[in-house]
Amino acid sequence: MTARDWQKLITAAVLLGIAALLPLTGNAYWLSLGVSVAMYTVLATSWALFSGPTHYISLATAAFFGVGTYVMGSGIEVMPYWTLLPLAALAGGLLAALVGLATLRLSGVYFVIFTLGLAEMVRQCVTWYQNQTGHKGTYVLTELTEADIYWQLLGLAALVYLAGWAIQRSRLGFALRIIGDDEEVAAHSGINTALVKVALFVVSGLVAATVGAIIAPRYVYIEPATAFAPMLSFQVVIMALLGGTGRLWGPLIGVIPFTLLWEVISASFPNQTTLLLGLCFLLIVYVLPKGFVGLMQRLDLMRQGREAFA
Amino acid sequence: MKRRTTLKAGVALAAMTLAGAAFAADPIVIGAVAPKTGPLAGGAAVTHWPNIQLWVSEVNGRGGLDVGGEKRMIEVIEYDDQTNPQETIKAVTRLATQDKADFVLAPYSTGLNLAAAPIYQRFGYPQITSSASTDQIVELSDKFPGMFFLLGQNREIVGDAVSILNALREAGEIGDDVAMVNVADAFGIELAATAKPIFEEAGFNLVYETSYPLGTQDLSPVMKAAKAADPDAFVAWSYPPDTFGLTEQAIIEDLDVKAFYTAVATAFPAYGERFGAAAEGVMGIGGVNTASPEFQDYAARHMEVTGQAPDHWASGMMYASLQILEQAIEGAGTIDREVVTQYIKDHAFETVMGTVDFDEHNNNPEYWTVGQWQNGEFKGIASTGRDGAVPVLIKEGWE
Amino acid sequence: MDIIITGLILGGTYALIAIGLNLQYGVARIMNLANGEMLVAGGYTAFALYTGAGLSPLLTIFLVAPAAFAVNWAIYRVMLRPLVKRAPNRGALEQDSILATFGLSFVMVGLMVWAFGGDYFNYAYLSRRVEIFGDGFGLNRVVAFLCATALCAALFIWMNLSRAGMVIRAVAVSPDSARLVGIDVPRLSAIAFALGGAVTAVGGAVLSTYLTLDASTGVIFTMKALIIVIMGGVGDIRGTIVAALILGLGETLVATLIDPGLTLAAAYALFILILLFRPQGLFGRRQA
Repeated sequence: MTARDWQKLITAAVLLGIAALLPLTGNAYWLSLGVSVAMYTVLATSWALFSGPTHYISLATAAFFGVGTYVMGSGIEVMPYWTLLPLAALAGGLLAALVGLATLRLSGVYFVIFTLGLAEMVRQCVTWYQNQTGHKGTYVLTELTEADIYWQLLGLAALVYLAGWAIQRSRLGFALRIIGDDEEVAAHSGINTALVKVALFVVSGLVAATVGAIIAPRYVYIEPATAFAPMLSFQVVIMALLGGTGRLWGPLIGVIPFTLLWEVISASFPNQTTLLLGLCFLLIVYVLPKGFVGLMQRLDLMRQGREAFA
Repeated sequence: MKRRTTLKAGVALAAMTLAGAAFAADPIVIGAVAPKTGPLAGGAAVTHWPNIQLWVSEVNGRGGLDVGGEKRMIEVIEYDDQTNPQETIKAVTRLATQDKADFVLAPYSTGLNLAAAPIYQRFGYPQITSSASTDQIVELSDKFPGMFFLLGQNREIVGDAVSILNALREAGEIGDDVAMVNVADAFGIELAATAKPIFEEAGFNLVYETSYPLGTQDLSPVMKAAKAADPDAFVAWSYPPDTFGLTEQAIIEDLDVKAFYTAVATAFPAYGERFGAAAEGVMGIGGVNTASPEFQDYAARHMEVTGQAPDHWASGMMYASLQILEQAIEGAGTIDREVVTQYIKDHAFETVMGTVDFDEHNNNPEYWTVGQWQNGEFKGIASTGRDGAVPVLIKEGWE
Repeated sequence: MDIIITGLILGGTYALIAIGLNLQYGVARIMNLANGEMLVAGGYTAFALYTGAGLSPLLTIFLVAPAAFAVNWAIYRVMLRPLVKRAPNRGALEQDSILATFGLSFVMVGLMVWAFGGDYFNYAYLSRRVEIFGDGFGLNRVVAFLCATALCAALFIWMNLSRAGMVIRAVAVSPDSARLVGIDVPRLSAIAFALGGAVTAVGGAVLSTYLTLDASTGVIFTMKALIIVIMGGVGDIRGTIVAALILGLGETLVATLIDPGLTLAAAYALFILILLFRPQGLFGRRQA
């Protein structure tokens, strides 16, 4: 590790430490926004780990999230909370591995629609199973507070960043960059592209499932419509793309402004919330096609150009 | 453009002149969070939002609430939670901390109410739910002492439906064979799971039993199979779109049963409008005492102010929850939330649905469980202690 | 026999849902996630005209079609054309159009809630029993099936026999080559997109005779349409029709013979299987 690496790590740790202080301010409003930011940061960053380099748009986040929620919901009465988090991760990872092995040879829009359908299919299977077993409502009643949930999400965020950082520095990351540039070249140079892609998909799947498990106590009552809401998958994609998927921290700078914007719209225009959110989506697509990271790079280039000129 | 709403200029003006000097007092800020979009928006548009509109216009039309001798207008801040529990949580928190709401009305549906319950608890808001149906009332009221339940418990709702069928059987009108279907979603699954053992215990024979996914576009295979099983009674634990879908298929298949039951939305006015005479004799969740002058008066006002009729299940309960809050604030003579919550626990309230007196688990023990379309109105035929139940009728065909 | 007819009728419903999206995606290359909202808007128009003016939904479609055509044409020219111009390749366009039309679907839900509230709407129209080979079916569903058949047949004949249809098919196969032989691709894409929107809205008007809709239900239809279009293969009307029928028959089979609770799970399983074994869809060509 170079001095620069240490510097980055320390900066990140300090920022995380500052973020962890939020609940201590006692401001419930900022904390509730903080939970949203932390949740979407984890989801969008882990999404971008896979989709950034491979350019596969996955809409399966809701499927993994829902699986995690249901692992927590159905296990909480028989098992301790902490054992359910790794279990949820395992379930999400397994599902991702299965799906990845089966579908990563699909390309483009086929993969997109497949992942969108996946969440619905898992939801159908879960509800059917519950129906067969005569299930009476899934409640997750715990003593966990908003602050506990927030801290858990922050911890998970730290893990995701560490994992992302490690991946970038590893052979896997190198392989990914080549795949992203040109999959043919990658295959010819002896990289097992399928395996690399599945590995990353598994990472994003298990992280999303863990988030679902952490959020479950916040929902208290788990129902399929909210656990498998397709909205979630789209929000994650929009936020990640708004930030930019080229950098590890890209999604974060998409999540924060987006969450705040969402909040401002919900608070100020209660009767037109959906309408205005839609307009904002459109604006993002048109004005910031490469996200904030792209914008910054463009500004950077312009500055350099000007300097070179002078 | 923050819409601190529903105060029509004319009403405001009239109220000010009526209330005289009192209008100078600060308004009471009341928050409302429920779906305006998303999967549950259709239900909330029938049951939830119109009642808030009605209540606010009435209270402010009277010059506001009498809080310890001072007349105070109410000001409602509405938020759309898009049927997303995360948004419900954020909106309730926002109301509590940013808008400094004095009270926040309970959200819509079981899931959204439970997701928000810890926030209500934390800020000490009484949460008088009128659309949450759960069998965990004891545990929940223990954990969230400010949470009240008006709508009743699944056990009773299902149990009374079975009792009605049992009475018909004892009268020799129907036999033992029941076809039971349910929508495979939270509430539908719960009701079916609760119903199955009760039916079996009562000695009924479930000749056809199945579930179908939420959003099924063609229910004809379900109805055909149900018909093929030749049941004496048909029971569906259904949601709004499929309640309509199943009834339509039953008409087309000419399902020949003496008792036909669909769950949520059977009590919607739209159901009667849609099926007209064919709705006669259809049973469903809910019911009201249509002969009660209080309810008739409420229904007329609902129509006048919102332009639509109330449904005959949760609408009245929703309005009752608002009346309870109103009476508790005026009775306690303060907007101190703790005092008001305690007042709700300690007192009985006169509402459009009759007297409501919460038990030690914050549960409203007296509510309508089964209703039936009779002479173009959805009337209560069974309840856990309400007056005015009418006798059940046999379903006589679909014409 | 009963299963086959029920399945075919349901397949007709699905064809109405999906055929418009096929035109939009196959020719104009726009994966339109606001498809379901267009359908609901068509359905609402039929509902409003029927309950308000007593106008039969089957006549309403002649009003809905040109209106939806105009609206969708404008959407394409104003909103989507810039994305097409900007996109360096097809993948980028797909990504952009998915996000943009997702935003559009929000806008449309918002507009519909604003314009006509969030209530459920439905009405009774031709809700009578008809007997076919001794089994009873809803007349409105049978009529919808006939509409679907007529619509599909008209589109198919038009695409295959008319010059305009041929040109549109040329664009579907290869926009670049089409440009080389002097076809005005942007104009045709706009027409195809508008036509797709019109067909979807007409579908909505017909479906509203027997489905209960509300402003937020569009997404259900979008999902169904996506699955059918992808299953059938992009850019081929026959594929969509066949996929719609397969799905209708498959769901009815599962519902009748196994368990109605598994119909949607079975539909997705079918979709996944087809994609795994024929990634380009039933009638699709392999992408170059």
